[in-house]
Amino acid sequence: MKAPELGYKRAESVGQVIELLASYGDDARVLAGGQSLMPTLNMRLSKPKLLVDINQLNALKGISFEDGIVRVGALARHAEIMRSTVIFEKLPLIAEAMPYVAHVAIRNRGTFGGSIALADPAAELPACVLALGATIVVESARGQREIPASDYFKGLFETERRPDELLIEVRIPSIGMKGVHVFSELSRRQGDFAVAGVACAAEIDGDTISSARLVYFASEDRPTLATNAVTAITNKVWSEGSRASVLDALGDDLDPMENLQGSSEFKLHLQRVLTGRVLDEAIARARAR
Amino acid sequence: MSDNTQTITLTVNGQQITRLVRIRQHLVDFLRIELGLTGSHLGCEHGVCGACSVRVDNCVVRGCLMLAVQVDGSVVETVEGLTESGEISDLQDNFVERDALQCGFCTSGMLITAAELLRDAAPKSRDEIRDFLSGNYCRCTGYHAIVDAVEMTLKQRLEGQS
Repeated sequence: MKAPELGYKRAESVGQVIELLASYGDDARVLAGGQSLMPTLNMRLSKPKLLVDINQLNALKGISFEDGIVRVGALARHAEIMRSTVIFEKLPLIAEAMPYVAHVAIRNRGTFGGSIALADPAAELPACVLALGATIVVESARGQREIPASDYFKGLFETERRPDELLIEVRIPSIGMKGVHVFSELSRRQGDFAVAGVACAAEIDGDTISSARLVYFASEDRPTLATNAVTAITNKVWSEGSRASVLDALGDDLDPMENLQGSSEFKLHLQRVLTGRVLDEAIARARAR
Repeated sequence: MSDNTQTITLTVNGQQITRLVRIRQHLVDFLRIELGLTGSHLGCEHGVCGACSVRVDNCVVRGCLMLAVQVDGSVVETVEGLTESGEISDLQDNFVERDALQCGFCTSGMLITAAELLRDAAPKSRDEIRDFLSGNYCRCTGYHAIVDAVEMTLKQRLEGQS
């Protein structure tokens, strides 16, 4: 349970990271919070030649808001996101998701960019950025590239980011007071990996859901936008009838992976339970405005 | 200096030290093996159990998920330092009072994590205390006594302030 022999470089600039990634390729790993990378090193699941430590790079830090867009630097730590008034005011979905993200000691080190770069299928933040229609900004020797979240998540721990690209920041639009956001997750223990979860961003007029994005995580190989379920409720009054049709339609969107957390049927059942809960809650929040 | 070692300078429990470390060595192995600070324990070594919790630059972290080279220039505090400074003496007394430990393996991690919650000196419910400690495993106590001890310390500190 010890890391293998490897090299280490504390990067002093973004340019230096990009040079190292260009020359080492897959043999280098970017070390941000290290809360997922270090376990894989300790368990010898990963054996890079070089760790490029980006923790000192101020260009990758901070959270700011301008022109309706929240910019979250790759190195913003989970604990910082939790305390951020910008996140609380502009991105209530992420604020609601944060208490589900791991435990205090891990939140003190783990980073927003690290979670998006890793794309763990059970992670909360990838689902949130997909639900919110965020843009992921990466940089390499070829320059900067902006990737819409809808094109970014490719599969199990697979993303559109190439090995020589550094994740710089995530730009997340704030839909303002018109929107209703609800986040919910089930896990066996507080802060543990999710068994099922959903991030919901909706616009609701009275009891009518005028638009919605329902993104499911933990059950599929990547965060998954449920297009059939969304169609089933769009421009519908929330009722017993629309509840039945959205839960039915969800079966066409999801094909849950079976693992130690549960069978495929069990997870689909849980995702349906969560769907009913988050939409009930969304309507309740819309009424309470 | 070979590629696999690096010299680091850091402050551990108030004392500045400089050492040549192997890059693959994580922080708690460094503290235990190189500095003899055996209060921080290694359970799972992949970030699940919390026994290795230490404080780096004023924040509790998993000591098994940081390399020693990463703390070059940092301030590290362990249960030994927190004990010596007296910061957690009331919490330690209450752990004894409430029988909040049996084998003691998780205790240093529990103390360091609870110290971060107590530092805010803001009222917390038992559920909030449980949430805060949820990243630290204890296989002896069933947690109730630990939550008792933290709750009692928080209550005493809040009373002491008023």
